[in-house]
Order: sequence, then structure tokens, then C-alpha cells
Amino acid sequence: MEAVKTERLTKYYGKARGIVGLDLCVGEGEFFGYIGPNGAGKSTTIRTLLGLIQPSSGKAYLLGKEIGKGSQEIRKEVGYLPSEAIFYQGMRVRDILSFSARLRKADCQEEAERLCRRLDLDVSKRVEELSFGNRKKAGIICALQHKPRLLILDEPTSGLDPLMQREFFQILKERKEEGATIFLSSHILSEIQKNCTRAAIVREGKMIACDRVEVLARTNAKRVTVHGDITASQLKGICGQTGKAAGGIQGSVPGARGGSTQGSISGAGVGGIRDLQKEGDGFGFLYAGDINRLVRVLAGHQITDLSISEPDLEEIFLHYYLDGGDGK
Amino acid sequence: MTLARHELRQGRTALLVWSAAISLLMAVCVLLYPEMEGNMENVGDMFSSMGSFSAAFGMDQVDFGALEGFYAVECGNILGLGGAFFAALCAITALEKEERGHTAEFLLAHPISRQRILSEKLAASLAQVALLNLAVLAVSSASLVGIGKEVPWKGILLVHLAYFLLQAELLGICFGISAFLRRGGMGVGLGVAAMMYFLQILANLSEEAGFLKYITPFGYAEGTKIVAEGSLDGGLILLGALYGLAGIAAAFWEYCRKDIQ
Repeated sequence: MEAVKTERLTKYYGKARGIVGLDLCVGEGEFFGYIGPNGAGKSTTIRTLLGLIQPSSGKAYLLGKEIGKGSQEIRKEVGYLPSEAIFYQGMRVRDILSFSARLRKADCQEEAERLCRRLDLDVSKRVEELSFGNRKKAGIICALQHKPRLLILDEPTSGLDPLMQREFFQILKERKEEGATIFLSSHILSEIQKNCTRAAIVREGKMIACDRVEVLARTNAKRVTVHGDITASQLKGICGQTGKAAGGIQGSVPGARGGSTQGSISGAGVGGIRDLQKEGDGFGFLYAGDINRLVRVLAGHQITDLSISEPDLEEIFLHYYLDGGDGK
Repeated sequence: MTLARHELRQGRTALLVWSAAISLLMAVCVLLYPEMEGNMENVGDMFSSMGSFSAAFGMDQVDFGALEGFYAVECGNILGLGGAFFAALCAITALEKEERGHTAEFLLAHPISRQRILSEKLAASLAQVALLNLAVLAVSSASLVGIGKEVPWKGILLVHLAYFLLQAELLGICFGISAFLRRGGMGVGLGVAAMMYFLQILANLSEEAGFLKYITPFGYAEGTKIVAEGSLDGGLILLGALYGLAGIAAAFWEYCRKDIQ
């Protein structure tokens, strides 16, 4: 059974685009990353899944139940951490945790105490006395204390120090081992790369890729740094020679669990040289053409240093967002 | 009733302050009555013969020198306006405050239906209004007994009942408006309550504006008229109940389908 499934899910705020035709599929027990820049539609997706906003069209299912019809039943088994955890003024942390547990009609005291110890949260403090990070911790405990089958986390680590981030991800890994599904929305690509098995990338309301993280990160584009007697126009000439070489930043295939086939981070138009930057007395660029051709062209010049390496995930996505993943 | 208890806890300071303020003002008025009683003959005649001003506040309908008339005019205005403001504030902020304070996301992420949220918030608002009225009635009754005069209980209890019904109607109307608001509820609530009060003054001032009594709940909660007639206007109360229920229905209709920001 899929923990999260959407079918052509669309949300418009009046004429403003939220998400468009989103087909998403997250298997039960997965640690799934949901990546996108600000305004891409990540929060809209989550808020639609939770029933906070009504979809304009399309359907969505959580844990096999259609949202809207069974939202209340669904939320019993879902833990949600919003990007900014805001609570009622005047309440103490222990009151917030207890209120949340009573709304769920669950006795979560033991688990709440355990989580508070692990995250080092003082439950006697009032909400208005909490720092942003401590409010985040209280939100995490509210989301986790009832041991949900599905955890939906929106930018969960903002405000947490590195030690707490490590403890938090350790807790998530334990929950995953216990069978929980984790849906992690973030634009911190390193935490997606480190923790998630699969990920989807959303841009301008549309899913542009969905696959295993290592596949998304795989690319035949290389980060090339070259120093020596060569000019930008000569480098651009390589692009002319390679033309619209196939490849580039690619890697998305239909979801391994029958997920969306939203296409790929396609290489069309990405071939050759991109992101050409002057670096001291040399140049750095992403090269997505035939590496032999590049070497042959460079051999005709006086090169003092050359490095060819894999671009990291962050670079790939950043480059992709900035330039347009559809290759336009 | 977890949410209702939470609402009552969140609103307890406001309830205490409003109850204390209204009760205290009413008790002071009642306690001043014996001192004023001796001078009331002339004052009563003067108050009942000030033309439009007397009509606007219904003072032409009662003997201001009698305890019942004095209570209907003085205490009626305090409880009428104070209670109306409190009920309007309770109801108008009930739903709106969750979006204004950004707590709606926290609340609605829990397994609680929107119908349940509405029901419990409505129940909590109604309970707060009822508690305020009970507190005010208790303090007023004690002060009335305390001055050692014969207390015209029927008229006084009818006045209190009418004001409770007025507050319940305003609560229903403002609850409905609250579902449509995302912020700025307090101003709207106070405005609605004040507007209703002034509509009744207009209705009393001019016969042509008399139809306004079918709009404002102050039309059936006019202390002087109740004391003079010794009864409540069932027709107007029924109409008011319909307005209140329409407000509640609007709240359910809107809140169950609205996008929460």
C-alpha cells in the first residue's frame, strides 16, 4: 500500500498557481524526500494532503484513504511538523504536548517524556519563552509522540543546532525501522541525500523528477576546472562542436514503486558547456558532452591544470532550478 | 470536549475581567439607589419628559424612581452593552483567532473534524456568556438584597433573561462572521454589537425607523419595555433566534470548506 499517493493533484489560489497535476507515490516504510525551491509548491502539497486546503482538482490518498472523505481517520495515524511550529500563547510546553495527546485521545506521556529527554526540551517553559529551535523541538514531539505510521515533515531542521539535527535524524531512522513512512520536505539537499531513499523534485508547482536519490544525483555532466592558455570563446567552441549532446543532468525515470513519470531532469539542451564561470586565471563549468572531445580540444591549448569531478547533488539541483529543468 | 475545555481555559482571564467589571458597575448602581431614592421623584419626572432623549433610552416607559425602573435603565444599559460586547468578542474571535495566531495549522493537523471544532468552540463561547450572566446575576441579586428594599424579582429576572438571549443571538451572528475572517475580528465584533445598540436607539427615536427593532436584538431586550409590560416579546425573540441560528449555519457552511491559511 502507498503511504502517499496523488493523482493529478492541482491547487490554484484564485489565478495563482499552487501545484499542477501532481502525481506522487510514496511507498509505506519509505524515507522520501520532497525537494523544491521556495514557492515551488511543497507546502501547498503538504497542506492539501492534510486537508487544510481543498484541492482544485485531482485526488490524494494517505495510507490508502482518500483525503477529504477520511481526513479525520487519516490524521490519527499522521504526525505533521509544520515549517514554523506555532502554539497557543500562555501555555507551557507540557500543556501543549498534553493538549495534542488529548486531541488524539491517546496517552503519549511516556513517549513524550522520552523524546523531551532526547531532544533536551524543558517542558516547564511557556511558549512565548521558547526560542525558534525549542519551538521546533516541541513541534517535533507533538508530531512524534503518538508514534504515527506516516510522518510529514516540512523543513524540520530549520532552527535546530547540528547536534539536535543528528539526534532528530537518528529518531527518524528508528521510526523508519519500526515501519513508519517519512515524507521529508526540504530544500537542504544534503539532508535529503544523506537520509532519503527516494525523492521528488518540484518546481513551479510541477513535479519534474521522482526517483531514487542516487539516480537523481547521477549525471554524465562533469564539473570541469581548467587553467591555462584558453579563452571563454574557445571553450564555447567546444559546445559548438559537441552541439546538443545527449546527456546532461539527467536521471529521473518512472518511480521505482510505480510512482510518477513526470519526466526527467532531462539533458536536452544541457549538453556541452554550462554554468561557465571565470575562476582566477581559469574557468569552471559543467560539461555534458563527449569527454574525449573535450580532452582533444583542450590538448590543442597550453593547459596548466585540469580537474574533472562529479558535481554534487546541490549543484545539480541549484543549476537545474536556475536554468530551467525542462531545458528551455 | 478537549477543545471546549481548552477554549474556556484560554478565555478565563477575559471572562473574569468582563464579569468583574460588569458586576461591579451594576452593584455600584444598585447600592447607590437608596441614596438616590429620596430625590427620585423630581428626577424621575425629568428623565421621563426629555422628549426624544427619554424615548431613545426607553425612559418614558418606566418610573425611574422605582427600583424596577431604575434597574431597567441603569443596570440594563450596563449589562446590555457590556454583555453584548463580551458575547460579540467571544464569538468573533473563536475561529478567526486560530488563523490570526497561526495556530489553525497545529489544531487541524489533529484528528478532529471541522464540525467538531465548530461545535466545541460554539459551546465554549456560549458557556462563557452563560457564566458571565450567572456571575452578574449573582452579584446583582446580592446587592439588591443587600440594600434591604423589596425586590421586584420578576421584572429583574426577565431583564436578565432578555439580555442573555440578546447575547446568544449576537454570539450566533458573530460566530458566523468569524468563519469568514482571517484577522481583524475584534473590531468587527465590537462594531456589530455597537451598531445593534444604536439601531435600537434609532428605532426608538423615529416611528419610521421602527422596523429596525426587527433587525437588532436590542429590540426585544429593552429593559424599560420589559419592566413596563412584565413580559418578553416572543415574536421578536423567535426572529432573533433565527438570525443567531443563521449565523451558526453560515459558520458551519463556510468553515467546513474554507482553505486554512
